[in-house]
Amino acid sequence: MAWFKKTRKPMAAAVKEKPSRVPEGLWVKCPGCAQVIYNKDLAANVSVCPKCGHHFRLTAAERLRMLFDGAWMEFDKDLVSTDPLVFTDTKPYKSRLQAGIESTGLKDAVIVASGAIDGIETMVASMEYGFIGGSMGVVVGEKIARGIERAIDARMPVVIVCCSGGARMMEGALSLMQMAKICGALARLDRARLPFISVLTDPTTGGVTASFAMLGDLNIAEPKALIGFAGPRVIEQTIRQTLPQGFQRSEFLLEKGMLDLVVDRRELKMAIANALRFMGATASAAPSPEPPVPVAIETAPQA
Amino acid sequence: MAETLEFEEPIAVFLKEIDALAAMPRTDARDREIDGLRRRIESVRGELYRSLTPWQRVLVARHPSRPGLEDFIQRLFTGFSEIHGDRRFADDHAIMTGFANYKGQPVLLVGHVKGGDTKEKIFRNFGYARPEGYRKALRAMRIAEKFSRPIIVFVDTPAAYPGIESEERGVAEAIAVNLRDMMMLDTPIIVIISGEGGSGGALGIAVGDRVLMQEFAIYSVIPPEGCAAILWRDPAKKVEAAEALKLTAPDLMKAGIIDGIVREPIGGAHTDPAAAAEIVDEALAQTLAEVSALGSGARLAARYDKFRNMGRLGIDFIDTRSS
Ligand SMILES: [Zn+2]
Repeated sequence: MAWFKKTRKPMAAAVKEKPSRVPEGLWVKCPGCAQVIYNKDLAANVSVCPKCGHHFRLTAAERLRMLFDGAWMEFDKDLVSTDPLVFTDTKPYKSRLQAGIESTGLKDAVIVASGAIDGIETMVASMEYGFIGGSMGVVVGEKIARGIERAIDARMPVVIVCCSGGARMMEGALSLMQMAKICGALARLDRARLPFISVLTDPTTGGVTASFAMLGDLNIAEPKALIGFAGPRVIEQTIRQTLPQGFQRSEFLLEKGMLDLVVDRRELKMAIANALRFMGATASAAPSPEPPVPVAIETAPQA
Repeated sequence: MAETLEFEEPIAVFLKEIDALAAMPRTDARDREIDGLRRRIESVRGELYRSLTPWQRVLVARHPSRPGLEDFIQRLFTGFSEIHGDRRFADDHAIMTGFANYKGQPVLLVGHVKGGDTKEKIFRNFGYARPEGYRKALRAMRIAEKFSRPIIVFVDTPAAYPGIESEERGVAEAIAVNLRDMMMLDTPIIVIISGEGGSGGALGIAVGDRVLMQEFAIYSVIPPEGCAAILWRDPAKKVEAAEALKLTAPDLMKAGIIDGIVREPIGGAHTDPAAAAEIVDEALAQTLAEVSALGSGARLAARYDKFRNMGRLGIDFIDTRSS
């Protein structure tokens, strides 16, 4: 398919990268243990506190740099929402979009890219919380769906790193429908017997949890991430009591049987690579086995 | 006296007058006056309902007497036989599933139930389904698939239940699995948004070959009150939020999210449930025939494409590189 074969130069990871969530300056105080940490130490430790293991939030690009062996190829980076509802609350959605674009350097809340994870060519979608809370609108939905369809064509595993407050209200029911759209693409990936690993990071809530985040062959979470469907405040209002400590955190979900494992970020890449190898993926080759029957694959349009 | 909504105040006034007249001794003059008032109600109602605001539609969609699944079962189907439970944990009462006959053809019915009186509302958890509801629905739909029976879904829920046990038992997972698996269920699925289409709680049983929507139903990513609280930081801005969210049937038709609008009697389905059901019947029969005529491969491909195309028609985003 021409749109896929059209080779673009793999993009260098470090270009135009925005500063990490680790606050600027030489030192940072860890919210986990109140220790003062040298920023360089934190960066060298994939933004995990060396003292207490607190996981600082990563940007989408930092996440890709952490997962991929080297360079990656980004897809559909220039898709941008047209504000289909012409939505305005206290300020126009268009200005929220613009602010997101300026603060993250991205056009929307996800980067979709392929690259090698411990030698295994993988399609990765990495969500950007800094862009309107990582919320899922039509662009996020389209980019992830295209990524999954490309992975099916290229017989490549898919990893989605979730970091999102859920569906994007400012795109109304269109954003709700992205849940069905992505789950449909995942159904085809599943029929094609290709691996899907969902990585749930802080926070993963709402329509993202109630769609692709929970559908991994493996659902892997980082420690102490907030993961849930309804927001804690909504639940508290409904039941009129305060929630127990640790409710909707990774360890709680693991205990309730909703996650396969909780993995420290420093071991995440190898945990993913090992799982992918179990699922038949091999270094620099398409994973097997072939599907039992040919799967109808829709051709994505020329962007 | 029929329940009237806040914007139906002029109608409520006439209804009170009728009630007062009805209490008086019966004379021809009295009857003529009552008839006159009834006609005025009809004309006022017609005017109001021709130009409902989005928020007014929200109120109509939530009307306590709005006919839902149970009403449609009575009027449009025969031999309903409910099946219970998710075979995992419990039987959820906010989602009902069962076998029925539609014009002589066996079908599976799935839908939310909000309940009529207070006792039943509590039993039905006001239509807020827990994870078991979504799992029961999928279990029942798999039976329908196995025996090649069409599935007809009626959607009417404020939301999936936002409670501790819902989270503990994985309501998000239950909805997610339905979204994935309904896309591949090899049997016709017709969805009718009949009342409140409350975000993921609605969508969790609403993936189908055709999604129809009753004229005054709503379908939204978040309730207007919730949206107002988050974006305006003021729940009182619900009217503005209802406007902004584009949650009405005409708006959703324009956005390509629904496939058809099912007309309602003037004044909404609750003013004449029999007439409302008749119009649903017509739309359902026609749509079911259309979808059933498709071969399995074509039907599944079309179902995928329908959702796949939501938000990619060139009107919802642009590719800045190619433009
Ligand atoms: Zn620390």
